[in-house]
Amino acid sequence: MVFVLLGLVFYVVLGGADFGAAIWQVVPGSGERGERIREHAHEAVGPVWEANHVWLIFVLTVTWTAYPVAFGSLASTLCVALFIAGLGIIVRGAAYALRSGTTDRREIGRIDAASAVSSILTPFALGAAIGGIASGRVPVGNATGDLITSWLNPTSILIGALAVVFCAYLAAVYLSADAVRRGEADLVAPFRVRALVAGSVAGALSIGGLVVLHEDAYRLYHELLAGDGLPALIVSVIAGLATFALVVRERFEPARYTAAVAVAAIVAGWALAQSPVFLPGLTVEEAAASHDVLVATVVAVVGGAIILFPSLVLLFRLTLGGQLGHGHEERPEPPGPARELVLAAAPGLLGRVAAACLVAGFGLLTVAEAGWAHAVGVVALFAFIVVGFAGAAPALLDDEPAGG
Amino acid sequence: MTLSLVTLAQALGPVQQDHLLQARQMQALSFAVHIPLVCFGIAFPLMVLVMEWMGHRTGDPLYLAIARRWSRIMVALFAVGVITGTILSFEMGLLWPNFTATFGGVFGLGFAIEGFSFFLEAIFIGIYIYGWDRLSPRAHMLSAVPIVLTGFTGSLMVIAVNAWMNHPSGFRLVRGQAVDISPVDALFGNSYLWHELVHMYLAGYIVTGFVVAGAYAVARLRGRWGRYERTALVVPLTIAALASPVQVLVGDWAARDVAEAQPTKLAALEGLAKTERGAPIHVLGWYHDGEVKFGIGIPKMLSVLAFHDPNARVDGLDAVAPEDRPPVNIVRICFQVMVGIGTLLALLGVIVLYMRVRRRRLPQWRWFYYGLAAAGPLSVVALICGWITTEVGRQPWVVYRVMRTSESVTAAGGIPIGYATLWVVYLAVGVGVVWILRRLARAPMAVARD
Repeated sequence: MVFVLLGLVFYVVLGGADFGAAIWQVVPGSGERGERIREHAHEAVGPVWEANHVWLIFVLTVTWTAYPVAFGSLASTLCVALFIAGLGIIVRGAAYALRSGTTDRREIGRIDAASAVSSILTPFALGAAIGGIASGRVPVGNATGDLITSWLNPTSILIGALAVVFCAYLAAVYLSADAVRRGEADLVAPFRVRALVAGSVAGALSIGGLVVLHEDAYRLYHELLAGDGLPALIVSVIAGLATFALVVRERFEPARYTAAVAVAAIVAGWALAQSPVFLPGLTVEEAAASHDVLVATVVAVVGGAIILFPSLVLLFRLTLGGQLGHGHEERPEPPGPARELVLAAAPGLLGRVAAACLVAGFGLLTVAEAGWAHAVGVVALFAFIVVGFAGAAPALLDDEPAGG
Repeated sequence: MTLSLVTLAQALGPVQQDHLLQARQMQALSFAVHIPLVCFGIAFPLMVLVMEWMGHRTGDPLYLAIARRWSRIMVALFAVGVITGTILSFEMGLLWPNFTATFGGVFGLGFAIEGFSFFLEAIFIGIYIYGWDRLSPRAHMLSAVPIVLTGFTGSLMVIAVNAWMNHPSGFRLVRGQAVDISPVDALFGNSYLWHELVHMYLAGYIVTGFVVAGAYAVARLRGRWGRYERTALVVPLTIAALASPVQVLVGDWAARDVAEAQPTKLAALEGLAKTERGAPIHVLGWYHDGEVKFGIGIPKMLSVLAFHDPNARVDGLDAVAPEDRPPVNIVRICFQVMVGIGTLLALLGVIVLYMRVRRRRLPQWRWFYYGLAAAGPLSVVALICGWITTEVGRQPWVVYRVMRTSESVTAAGGIPIGYATLWVVYLAVGVGVVWILRRLARAPMAVARD
């Protein structure tokens, strides 16, 4: 469960900012400055876009591995909301991919509009789906809940709207920080205003939302204010206020982190308030897959994380810091004597080695029957491709056509 | 493996779904859109890396310019691959909740690890793209190595799940619930994994190689044939030309494994109605009423190919009840198309290699370049037909002889609406991709440095 939540938090904090950035692309005002705001919003997410979105895939796959029955139930009942979210992700992703292909101002305008609409739709739909779970409207079973009201109800609409506002808020804070770092001073002010407005709206909506929760999802309301969710709620409020103060004082770099903490704490608060119930009549304990599966999943996730996080840090350092390990131009080393020998002997030798690999592969894979022979045969065939490439490509590259 | 053929008392209860066929088509559409992109995810990074490596070795800026250009195409296609992949993982739950609810614990691990590979691939593609001019050449090339490796592990994981669906193991069924689950055995202790993996991995290189080479073949046919076009054609073409004959051998291996583990699928592939010794093969034709009409028969060939024995007994469709048979004509025609195109591609590859050995140059005939231009789209067709063969050939089972597809589907309505919407969106995405590729192709070389 912790992993699903962590994944969810990262998706909200990083992917959410991406949606938010797209939302801001559509309301920047016109003229030269508006254009630069749009450019800025696009460029800031550019290099990390794909990485941000894989968090969601991660959440989905871990959920259905570790909580298969719960996943089946909520995917079938909430299918409309999830489908809308899926469509939004397609459009947002496609818009991102397309945008780098054009410089035409009109085309960019249209692409940005599409991506902004989808960026409002997706967080709303995902938030609404969470609202359905949180208010206990998703029963266990294959589409046994109501297909519409499970995600179109007061709690869902509230959480959906909150999700959109949070995205916008996070993005505005991040983009202010990026504008400072890139030295684009004239862009700092507009994003600062946006961050303050979005932050105020988020705060007001959260307070107003408590009333909605009181009416519509009393258990959640109670747990959030008086039960396990309270500490997280307090953390969130403090972090939110701190962010506000930091943004007012134009200290955007720390604000980036406090804003993330504020939003992450909300997600944690929801989880704490909801636990131990996953779906009505199904606790987290009961929903979990068998012990062996969980162990395997945990091993895979931890193992993956050990590789993943350093890579992620590398990527963020590169994009945030601009440069990495630059400065010394390496020259390609001239081929050593041994290498020259190989190269000189290459055409004939490589050809023969490749042919030998092909024959060996055919014999071991096609004629022989044993499993080990097949394995060796496959290796031989791959060797044929590699050696064959080394042998064949250079001559073809040097080939000067006689008459074009 | 001892699995009783009882109907599952599924984890989520019984299902009534009037739109099973649309649900299957929706899933199939999503796969058909995703799989060509997967090929580029598997194979294109290596080709870009080879280009960059040759550029640094020779000091020739042309190679680097091509690598840079290709890397932008790579990232655009990868972005589209991310979204189509996200849709697929949504659909696993949206369309087949009973499948994930009952067996999520068995196969989910594969997708979890695949998620990681995908993630790492995304991260390093980001580093690679952003790192042009910002990293030293060596560090930059090193950053591409994880992309190549994760392309492999990603396909390994997805294929492991598919191999498990075709050849399930690693769990026991007790009253419709999977118990004693060992995900590691289910996914990696599966003899079915290896031929599927090798077949798909090679297909990735063949499709990418022929599609990219085909694009430059078109350029040559239109009269653009400089050093740039030739270099950009030779590298992918050489890889595809070497891989496509190998694929014939691997495909034969795959068919022998299918003959052993999924005899009904083999019978559907070949349109073999009755179990017999010394079974024939029919090329072309149409399956009707228990025989292949208008096909060219080769006596005893199926027994030889499948079991290396001209008199071996081959199970026909009559070995299982009619409701357990896949739709023969769809499977058989797709199989024949795949084999036919695959053979032509292998032939094209052999021609390239022969010309290389004999004349040490590319073929000069104009028809060769027409063939190459056609080979790109054809290889995609073969790829999709291959997947239809294995997936429809598995029907009516979603988990072979364990769970029927009809038992796994969602009970929610509105599938036709979702299906239609997905068509519209994917058509729009397709148009967008074509548009951006044309844009990128039209950008002059100098502009490619940004």
